[in-house]
Amino acid sequence: MIQGIVFTLILAAGIYFFARNVGRIRRNILLGKPLDRTDRPAERWKTMLRVAFGQSKMTVRPIPAFFHFIIYAGFLIINIEVLEIMIDGVVGTHRVFSFLGPVYDFLIGGFEILALLTVIACVVFLARRNILKLKRFWSREMTSWPRSDANIILFTEIVLMSLFLTMNASDHLLQQMGAEHYKQAGYFPISSMLSPMLSGMSIGGLIAIERFCWWGHILGIIAFLNYLPYSKHFHIILAFPNTYYSKLTPKGEFTNLESVTQEVKLMLDPSLPAPPPPDTPIRFGAKDVQDLTWKQLMDSYTCTECGRCTSVCPANITGKLLSPRKIMMDTRDRLTEVGKNIDQNGAFKDDGKTLLNDYIKPEELWACTTCNACTEACPVNIDPLSIIVDMRRYLVMEQSEAPTEWNGMFSKIENNQAPWQFSPADRFNWKNEE
Amino acid sequence: MTLKVRTVQDFINNGESPEILFWVGCAGSFDQRAQKITRAIAKILNSCNVSFAVLGTEESCNGDPAKRAGNEFLFQMQALMNIQTLNGYSITKIVTGCPHCFNTLKNEYPQLGGTYQVIHHSMLLQQLINEGKLKVQGGKFLGKKIVFHDPCYLGRGNDVYEAPRDVIKKLDAELFEAKRHRENALCCGAGGAQIFKEAEPGNKEINIERTEEILESKPDYIAVGCPFCITMLSDGVKTLNKEDTVKVLDIAELIEKANDL
Repeated sequence: MIQGIVFTLILAAGIYFFARNVGRIRRNILLGKPLDRTDRPAERWKTMLRVAFGQSKMTVRPIPAFFHFIIYAGFLIINIEVLEIMIDGVVGTHRVFSFLGPVYDFLIGGFEILALLTVIACVVFLARRNILKLKRFWSREMTSWPRSDANIILFTEIVLMSLFLTMNASDHLLQQMGAEHYKQAGYFPISSMLSPMLSGMSIGGLIAIERFCWWGHILGIIAFLNYLPYSKHFHIILAFPNTYYSKLTPKGEFTNLESVTQEVKLMLDPSLPAPPPPDTPIRFGAKDVQDLTWKQLMDSYTCTECGRCTSVCPANITGKLLSPRKIMMDTRDRLTEVGKNIDQNGAFKDDGKTLLNDYIKPEELWACTTCNACTEACPVNIDPLSIIVDMRRYLVMEQSEAPTEWNGMFSKIENNQAPWQFSPADRFNWKNEE
Repeated sequence: MTLKVRTVQDFINNGESPEILFWVGCAGSFDQRAQKITRAIAKILNSCNVSFAVLGTEESCNGDPAKRAGNEFLFQMQALMNIQTLNGYSITKIVTGCPHCFNTLKNEYPQLGGTYQVIHHSMLLQQLINEGKLKVQGGKFLGKKIVFHDPCYLGRGNDVYEAPRDVIKKLDAELFEAKRHRENALCCGAGGAQIFKEAEPGNKEINIERTEEILESKPDYIAVGCPFCITMLSDGVKTLNKEDTVKVLDIAELIEKANDL
C-alpha cells in the first residue's frame, strides 16, 4: 500500500517534470517564424511511416541500421512491459497481464530476447564510439558533452535491460519456490540462464533482489524520460513529427522570400501602389534563431548528432570548417540559451549574442555547395541547408558582407545578365563558332 | 559554320510558334567549353526535326548563382525579367542545357508567376529515343567504359537519375557507376555559387576528391549533364594528368559523336 502511494507520487512527479520540459521545448520551437506544412497530409503520413517508423533512410549503412533497429524495436516493444510495471506499481498487483496466459508467456519471452539483443547492440555502439573511434563521432563539434551524452544513453540502456533481466531471473526463482504473491506466469528464455547465479538464496533475499531491480528499472525509466529533453536522444520523440513535417517539394527548390518579391516588383514598376509598412521591421534572412522557421528549430531538437550529414558533406570531407551537424547543434544550443533567457526574464532580453557569429561563423556558411548531400543523408529529414541559405541571405542582403568575388559576380549579373564579363550582345554567338 | 538555330522572335515574325524553347544558359552561351555542348544539343534537335527556338540575346541569367549565394533580390530581379520575356512569348515548354537553369525555371519561377513545363536536355534525349525520333549509332563507343557523374541539381535536387543513364545505355559502351553515385553522389564542388569564388581554407579541392574517385573505375569517358561539372571535372582530370586517357563529355556530346553530327 505504501509502496503504491510512493510509486504513484514518483511517477506523477516524473511525468510532471517531463511534461514541463517538453512544454518549454514546444514554446522554444514556436519562437520560430510561421511556415505552412499542413498540405498533402496523405503524403506526410506516408513519409512519417516510411522514414521514422520504418527507418528507411537508416538502411544506407546496414551495420548501424541493424543494431539501431534492434534498440528501436526493443524500445517500442518493451514499453508494453513498462505499462504492466506501472499498473502493478500503482495498484499493487504482480504481473497484472498474466491472465493472458500463453500470450503473456510469448510476450515476456519476446521482451527478454529483445532485452538481450539491446544489450548487445548497445555494447556494439559503445565500441564503435569509444574503441573503434569512428571518425564521425570524433570530429570537431563532437566535444566532451556530445560524446558523453551518447555514452550516458547507451550505458543507461544497458543498466535498464540488465535490471529487467535480473528482476525476471529472481521472479522466476520465486515462482518456482512457490513464494506468496509470485504467481506462475511468463516464459524466461534469457533470465533463466541468470538464475543459477541466484540459486541457493532465501526467499527473502530473492524478494529483496526482485524489488530492488523492479524499482531500479522503473525509476531508471522515469529518470531517463526526464533526461530526454536535455539530450540528443530526444529524437525518439521528435523523429515522428519532424518527418511528418518534411519538405515535400524537390530538394533543389529553395524558398521564395515574399518580402523581397514586393520590393523587387516595386523597383521594376514604380507605378505599383506601395504596401503598407509592416508592424515590425522585416529582416531578410536569418541572424538569430528567432529568424528561422519553427520547422528549422524543430529540426535542431530532432538532431541526434549521428553525423551522417557531415560525413557526406563535400566541404567537410575536404577539410573546410563547415559541418552541417554543427549547424544543427549550434541552432539547438542557441535556442536553448534563448529559452533560458525567456524563463529568467519573462520575455527575451537582448544578451548581445546571436546564432550568427557567436555560434556559426560566416566562413562555415560560405563553404556550402548547396548539393543537398546532407539533407539526403539525414535519417529523420533534417534540413541544415535551409539554415545555411537563410544565414547567407542575412549576410548578403542585410550586411552586404558577401565574399568579394561574389560581389563581383552579382554586379556582372546586374550589368551584363551573366555571371561573367561578357557582353549580352554576344550571347547568341555560340551558333557561329566551330 | 553557322548552325541552323532560330530565335522565338524569328518564329513569331513568320507567324509560327516553336514546340519547345531551348534555354541555353550563361555557361552554354559564353563559356567556350560549354558552347560545344550547346551546339551538340542544337545539332541533335535539328537531326530529329524538333521545332525549337532560343531566346538569343533576349535570354538573361536565370539567377541561380545569386539565389544560392543568398542574394534573393538579384535572383528575383532576374527571374521577374525572364518571366516577363517568357510569358510575353507565351512559352509553355522549355528544355535547358544546364541542371541549374532547369531547377530554377522548373521549381522557383512558378512562385513568381512563371509556370512552364521544364525538362533537362537528358530528359528530352530520352524522350526522343523512346519516341523513335533519335536513333543512336553506338558503334563508336564499342567496349569503352563510361562513368556517369550525377549533377546535384539534376539528381538529388530533382530526382532525375534514369534519363541520362538511359541515353548512355544506347551506346555500345559499358556504363559504370562511381563509388558514390545517384542519391549519394559527391558534388563536383561548383554548386552554391562556389565556382565564382575561391574555396574556403581546407586540405583538398572538392573537384580533385571527386575526380580521383571517378578515376578509380578507370573510365575512358566521364559523362556529365552540367556545364559546371564539366569545368570542375575537366580541371580535375587535368590536375591529375589524365587528360590523354580520359575525356569529360556531356551526354549530348556523346550522342553527337556517336551519330557523327
